[in-house]
Amino acid sequence: MTMNSVVHVCSSWRMLVLTIAVVMSSPGIADAQHAPYISGGGGFITSTKGGNTTYIPVIAPELVASLGDHLLIESRATVLESYFPRGGGQPGYRHDAFLGLSFLQADVVASRHLTVVAGEFLTPFGTYNERLSPIWISNFQEAPLIFSIGTMGTASSVGGMVRGSAYSNDEMNLDYTAYFSAGSTNEQFDAERSTGGQFSLYLPRERLEAGFSFDRLLQDTRENYSGVHLWWEPANSYFRFRSEFSHAPHSYGYWAEADYRLAHFGGEQSFVGRLEPVFRMQQTFRSATDPEDGLPVANTQRVDFALDYHLPHEVRINTSYSRELSSSGNRNIWQTGIVYRFLIPLWREK
Amino acid sequence: MNCIQKVTSGFVVLASLIPVLAQTDAAHTNGKKETPLRGLTSSAQIARGQKVFEQNCSRCHNAPQSFPPQISATIIRHMRVRASLSAADEKALLRFMNP
Repeated sequence: MTMNSVVHVCSSWRMLVLTIAVVMSSPGIADAQHAPYISGGGGFITSTKGGNTTYIPVIAPELVASLGDHLLIESRATVLESYFPRGGGQPGYRHDAFLGLSFLQADVVASRHLTVVAGEFLTPFGTYNERLSPIWISNFQEAPLIFSIGTMGTASSVGGMVRGSAYSNDEMNLDYTAYFSAGSTNEQFDAERSTGGQFSLYLPRERLEAGFSFDRLLQDTRENYSGVHLWWEPANSYFRFRSEFSHAPHSYGYWAEADYRLAHFGGEQSFVGRLEPVFRMQQTFRSATDPEDGLPVANTQRVDFALDYHLPHEVRINTSYSRELSSSGNRNIWQTGIVYRFLIPLWREK
Repeated sequence: MNCIQKVTSGFVVLASLIPVLAQTDAAHTNGKKETPLRGLTSSAQIARGQKVFEQNCSRCHNAPQSFPPQISATIIRHMRVRASLSAADEKALLRFMNP
């Protein structure tokens, strides 16, 4: 990251904090329960691929400020330092710094059916990007292989989005999302010109959700991407099943993940009950070379096994082993991490 | 405009019209069929909030072990946007988190 872009990000953050401070200094807006806060996760991750180990200290703070009854400002940044072997037979390590904004958005809750979002936001395709990508939520350190399909490589869009619940009752929720993104080459607000949306049907009693995502790249190759997702998290059970299938013009693939926290053995706070085994299966298929979709260059199968341990005080230890099979080479991937989730009010209770 | 562009445009327009259509539908049906929050006792509101939490928020993440009460409404507003919750669900969640 260059010094210019660091200065640019700092300027953006200064403007954001200043705006929030000015608006929230107005009497009556910041009532007893509407204080802004910073949440997110920080951690230390190691990843060993093909015998080379990379060490990554990372922090991903998220600022959330509620302004009045209808407006919410949200922003998440990721700051990490990556230490990796020099390679080429040379001893020692090199390191790279990364500082990036994941989103900086204003949400206007216009009605019970409509929320309007403006700014930089996570591209609403599939479920991983919006729901599972924070480091304190995801069971695995690495995103699924098909993650880049539909998220356009940047995972963020710059423009506007409408979303909400089109219809809901005690038995079903029908949610929708539609967005338009302008193209941007700014380092912190990088986005492709694209449009798309998502529909999902959720049955709360069965805890079953199925959804369809679609988006279209409106520049260069003008490709279409589509995907479906299926989640099942039965009530009164610690079992969870999540899956996605995505399709691009020259490739497609899926991931399916199942996890079960062993809380039936003495409760969530017991030694065994803090353990959470996770299994994920992934496959990608390619019909032609396409640098746009971001998938592996050859058909790939991958199985991931993880064992996560939930420590007290919002700390979690993640460990995983993956075996990747591909015509371009097989490899083992070992990953470990310790992640801390924080939640800090920006000012004291009155 | 080719076929794909027409389909894309139609998709975006249709998605944009959904809230309008849905609100019209809600007006005809006197709102949604969800259990209304008004009239519920305090304990029933808390139970409803717990149900909302289990059916929405905890699908992706565990509840924080604790948090200061002055940020509870901001957290829930964030969840309302992320999980497309209704205003009634937002109030029930607030009641659940501040019994």
